[in-house]
Amino acid sequence: MGAGHAHALYVHEHSPVHGLAPEAKLVAAFLFVFAVAITPREAVWAFLLYVVALGAIIAVAKLPVRFVLARLLVVVPFIAFAFLVPFIASGEQVEVIGISVSRAGLWGMWNIVAKATIGATVSIVLAATTEIAEMLRGMAVLKVPAPLTAIAMFMVRYLELVAGELGRMRVAMTARGYDPRWLWQARPIAASAGALFIRSYERGERVHAAMVSRGYTGAMPDLNRRRATGTEWLTAAVLPTLGIVVAAVALVVT
Amino acid sequence: MHAPDGFLNAGTALATGAITAGAVAGALRQTSQKLQDKQVPLAGITAAFIFAAQMFNFPVAAGTTGHLLGGAMAAILLGPTLGALVVTIVVVIQALAFADGGLTALGYNVLNMAIVPAFGGYAVYRLFRRLLPKSGSGVVGAAGLAALVSVVFASMAFSIEWLFGASVPVPFDTVFGAMVGVHALIGIGEGVITALAIGAVLATRPDLVHGATDLDRSQLANRKPIKTRVFVIAVILVALFLAGVVSQFAADSPDGLERVATDTGIAESSTDHDLGGSLFADYATSGIDNEPLSLAIAGIAGTLITLAVGSGIVYAMRERRKQPGPDRAAA
Repeated sequence: MGAGHAHALYVHEHSPVHGLAPEAKLVAAFLFVFAVAITPREAVWAFLLYVVALGAIIAVAKLPVRFVLARLLVVVPFIAFAFLVPFIASGEQVEVIGISVSRAGLWGMWNIVAKATIGATVSIVLAATTEIAEMLRGMAVLKVPAPLTAIAMFMVRYLELVAGELGRMRVAMTARGYDPRWLWQARPIAASAGALFIRSYERGERVHAAMVSRGYTGAMPDLNRRRATGTEWLTAAVLPTLGIVVAAVALVVT
Repeated sequence: MHAPDGFLNAGTALATGAITAGAVAGALRQTSQKLQDKQVPLAGITAAFIFAAQMFNFPVAAGTTGHLLGGAMAAILLGPTLGALVVTIVVVIQALAFADGGLTALGYNVLNMAIVPAFGGYAVYRLFRRLLPKSGSGVVGAAGLAALVSVVFASMAFSIEWLFGASVPVPFDTVFGAMVGVHALIGIGEGVITALAIGAVLATRPDLVHGATDLDRSQLANRKPIKTRVFVIAVILVALFLAGVVSQFAADSPDGLERVATDTGIAESSTDHDLGGSLFADYATSGIDNEPLSLAIAGIAGTLITLAVGSGIVYAMRERRKQPGPDRAAA
């Protein structure tokens, strides 16, 4: 278990959130994000509650706040689009600092910014507290079809290898003074992509032969048979329950 | 294209989630036989490769870069069903482990980036294989064109979902025009990279290219005219495509600008009333004329995507029934 042990987003810590069974965390994350998604955008207080709840979880999971904020940059392109919305949207116009913008567009902007940010934060907390291998085990427990989890498991195993190979090819290209910038310089990039594929594929063939010779039957043995206990399900249920209650109240009130 | 949570409304998220789950279940049933043995590690390798290939940023125009979606490439290398599954896994893992794309957005993200490009791209690939010569250069040319169109399909699928599930009242044709325009450019990069990468694989390991299993070695070796004829055909087709589809919507973007002008009061403060008047008269009529037109085009686009995805699935089913054997290699 040397390779593929950690990944880009995982933060090694010992916390109640890290220790929770992956299947419980996955279900909780999906339910909570869904509750956020159905919350009416006019219920600003509900989104504040969600942020407070997530902040508490980040504190319990001992995740550095700066790390979470840095990872949130992934939604920036969509936020940028959201900020254009009030100007291109139709409907009733309102004055904001002397500029007339669409009222529905402003609500739309708030809607995308709030839900995208909260959703991304949930994904970040999930990824930062769960190793990929654990996540896949959780998916298997949740009855995700075996071929999917098996392919994903191999993908994760090979990801660092392929990325490392790619990095070495890039270094080799840069070291020889080649830094392609235009579309008509695409041939070397594509040639290295082709070479990368064949190298990866042939490695896969060798690994497969090695696995078959060691008794591989098409499914990986489940080495960690631990399943989420009742207490774990209850602990994991705290966040989505709060989310669903808040969303329901918000739906009724507005 | 990795949309975050809340970008489209909850109903659209659920509906696309159901469509995606159905497509994935169907693809799993199709490939379950193949996946018994060797294909699992190899599909995993391809998934890792697509994942890594998405890190290849290539320049689109000055200042803008795009990255590979890889749907058409996976479909041509592994066949449409397994290709769709592989890209689905890539998109799901990106959402779960890298927080790239929202969890409730998985339904439409997988549909747009995996299902539509893989099946739609493969259908286009088969179509161009028929039109282009039966040779290695034909495979490479068809792969490039299919990859280009698959990216545009993905952007069209997103725009159509926007029509049903927009969380904000931005006009459909503005979104459609912007999405298709940008992705036609990204698609050229995707097409060039896919064509050259498939060409590189074809040169060393033709047996790994699912979409070229109907050709034998001597046909594959025939790759001389790639730089002249096929490339010229490809460029003409791309130009026609851009002229036909994107310019339709280029006419709409001034509308968006005019809208901003009226909204921000710039137009009102303008002193040249004669010019302003004529401009708005034009805007009003074009606004009325454009609505049915844009809807018609949306309908055509939707039909096209459905047709392409449908025929891709049909191809996939047909290929499974036909056992690969010496008669196929000779055909």
